Amino acid sequence: MYKLLSILFLLSMYSGVKVKPVNLEQLESATLKCDNDTLYVVNFWATWCQPCVHEMPYFEKANAAFAEQKVKVVFVSLNSIKELPQVEQFVNNKQLKENVFLLNAGNPNNWIDKINSSWSGAIPATGMYRKGKKVFFREGEFTQNQLDSIIKTKIQ
Amino acid sequence: MKRLSLMLAAILLLASFKPEEGYKTGSKAADFKLKNINGKMVSLSDYKDAKGFIVVFTCNHCPFAKKYENRIMALDKKYSVKGYPVIAINPNDANEVPEDSYQNMQARAKEKGYSFPYLLDETQATAKAFGATRTPHVYILQKSNTDFVVKYIGAIDDNSDDEIAVKEKYVEDAINALLVGKEVPVTSTKAIGCTIKWKKA
Repeated sequence: MYKLLSILFLLSMYSGVKVKPVNLEQLESATLKCDNDTLYVVNFWATWCQPCVHEMPYFEKANAAFAEQKVKVVFVSLNSIKELPQVEQFVNNKQLKENVFLLNAGNPNNWIDKINSSWSGAIPATGMYRKGKKVFFREGEFTQNQLDSIIKTKIQ
Repeated sequence: MKRLSLMLAAILLLASFKPEEGYKTGSKAADFKLKNINGKMVSLSDYKDAKGFIVVFTCNHCPFAKKYENRIMALDKKYSVKGYPVIAINPNDANEVPEDSYQNMQARAKEKGYSFPYLLDETQATAKAFGATRTPHVYILQKSNTDFVVKYIGAIDDNSDDEIAVKEKYVEDAINALLVGKEVPVTSTKAIGCTIKWKKA
């Protein structure tokens, strides 16, 4: 009985993906300013953003395709913190394996420029970071080919 | 060679992403002529008595635009009588987002009872000229003789989720300052929003 319960518990842990709410400093230390060889591909999205949802599979494919080349895709949800349950459900339904954060950092006017000064705040937007430095940023949707070719140039 | 062609591809890719420059605060905005939901064409120069305008790039489908819809309606009620009417412009390509079609704009405006024009930027030339990138995206213009000078660009306020928790009413603060001949306290802000759905080339 205990065994069954513990198996159930483990299963629930496994299927229960975590969407971690973070502030800007936490996001920076986890990805944007992480001083290592990994190329962090940070995709800013929200469950309500159609083009974001549309391009997510491209990021998942890239994450798998470049897994051995120190590339790590991180999804950063800009949903409101009140929408955390919806974001978790979405991540569960899509069975996302990547890290998913929810940026809970208050007035966007105070942090959009810190992420990228030319970013208007529209999503989707994607930044790439390596050795704690931004190596790429753009606002707008990718195709698979565009994403893959940018990643290739950034890991060389 | 492979590396070179990759780099070339990346450069071409980057070049194609180059954002439009658009207006800055202090720029003179060009007038436009766009079709309203009642079929009539609307230009800024039609408003002989206006002191300026609250131009809002917005649309039907975007959840952020929806969150701000009531606030946009309230802005028009409050400021059109003071000489700053709202002009709403939908810049999205209906082929990309059917919900933003002209018919759906008409339906939405009627359902909600918009007191302001809701214009279709069919060629997207107006959004490009302004440099609008997202919905909602506000430009406050002040009339100066025959010119329309951009005085503020950005968000309506600092909290899309919770109107009650708003601390900074950027648009209201800007117009209140203009109405008494003062400088606009915050001339540009950024906000999360939906990208404008440009026509596929």
